[in-house]
Amino acid sequence: MPLDPSHAGRTYPPTVYQVGREKVREFAHAIGADDAAYHDPDAARELGYPDVVAPPTFPAVVTAAAIRQLVDDPELSLDFSRVVHADQRFSYARPVVAGDELVFVNVIEEITSRGGHDFLTHRAEVTTTAGEPVVTAWCRLVVRGEA
Amino acid sequence: MPLEAGATLPVRTFRVTRADLIRYAGASGDFNPIHWSDRIAAKVGLPGVIAHGMLTMALVGRAVTGWAGDPAAVVEYGVRFTKPVVVPDDDQGTEIEVSAVVKDVTEDGLARLEITATCQGEKVLAQARAMVRPRPVGKV
Repeated sequence: MPLDPSHAGRTYPPTVYQVGREKVREFAHAIGADDAAYHDPDAARELGYPDVVAPPTFPAVVTAAAIRQLVDDPELSLDFSRVVHADQRFSYARPVVAGDELVFVNVIEEITSRGGHDFLTHRAEVTTTAGEPVVTAWCRLVVRGEA
Repeated sequence: MPLEAGATLPVRTFRVTRADLIRYAGASGDFNPIHWSDRIAAKVGLPGVIAHGMLTMALVGRAVTGWAGDPAAVVEYGVRFTKPVVVPDDDQGTEIEVSAVVKDVTEDGLARLEITATCQGEKVLAQARAMVRPRPVGKV
C-alpha cells in the first residue's frame, strides 16, 4: 500500500539523548577516526570545546530513534523491510560534544511517489534541552514498491 | 593545505572489512542483518553483505575533516547513496576511494567541496557535498 502523502507535516514527541564521552570515543574508534579532539578532552579544550568532539555523522546515532518513531507509527504503516536509506544531510550550528543533553523533534517533511516507489523525507531538529540549536538532520527513505 | 577555489584535494582511501561493519553496527546501534549476514543479504536480493551507508558517509567525513585540518570544521554535509558497498568475507574486504574539488569559497570563508567516492571503480555516492570552515592558519 502506498504511503499517504497527507502524513507530511506529522510531528513526533521530543526525544532526549545524553551524549556520553565513551560513546563518542567508541563511535570515533569504529570509523577509524583517531583525531585527538574525538578522544582526549584536553585536546578538545585546546580547540575551544568543553569536552571531546563528536565526528560529523555522530548525529545519526543521536537521531536513530527517529526512524523507530516512523516504523512504530501505526497510522503511517511503513514496511521497514522495504526501506532503503537514499539521502542523508546534516546542517550544523556547532559540533556535538560529550556532555551535551540533546533533544530532537522528528517531522515528516515530504512524502512522494514515483515509479511505484514511495519517498519519505523526515527532519530531526536537534537542540540542547536548554534550546540551543545544534544540528538539523534530513533523511530521505525509499520504500520500494511491491514487485 | 589551503582550500582554494578550484583546488583538487589529495585522494584518501579507506579499507572496509567485515570486522569494521560489526564494529560500526555496535557503535551506531544499526544492527540491520544486511550488514552482517550473507544469508539475509542474499534473501533481499543484494550481491552480498553491504556496508552501512552511514559508515561510508562517516569515512568520507574523515576525508573532509582531514582536508579542512579540523575535526570540527563541517558546517553542512550531505550525500545520496547510489550504489551499495559490498564487503566480502575475507581479510582484505574492500576499499573506498574519496576525492574532492573545492568548488568555491564563500565571502565568509566557507569552502564548498564536491566529493567523489568510489568502490571497485564505481561511484557509490551522488550529490556528495560539504561546506567546511577551515581553521585559520596559526590558530590552535
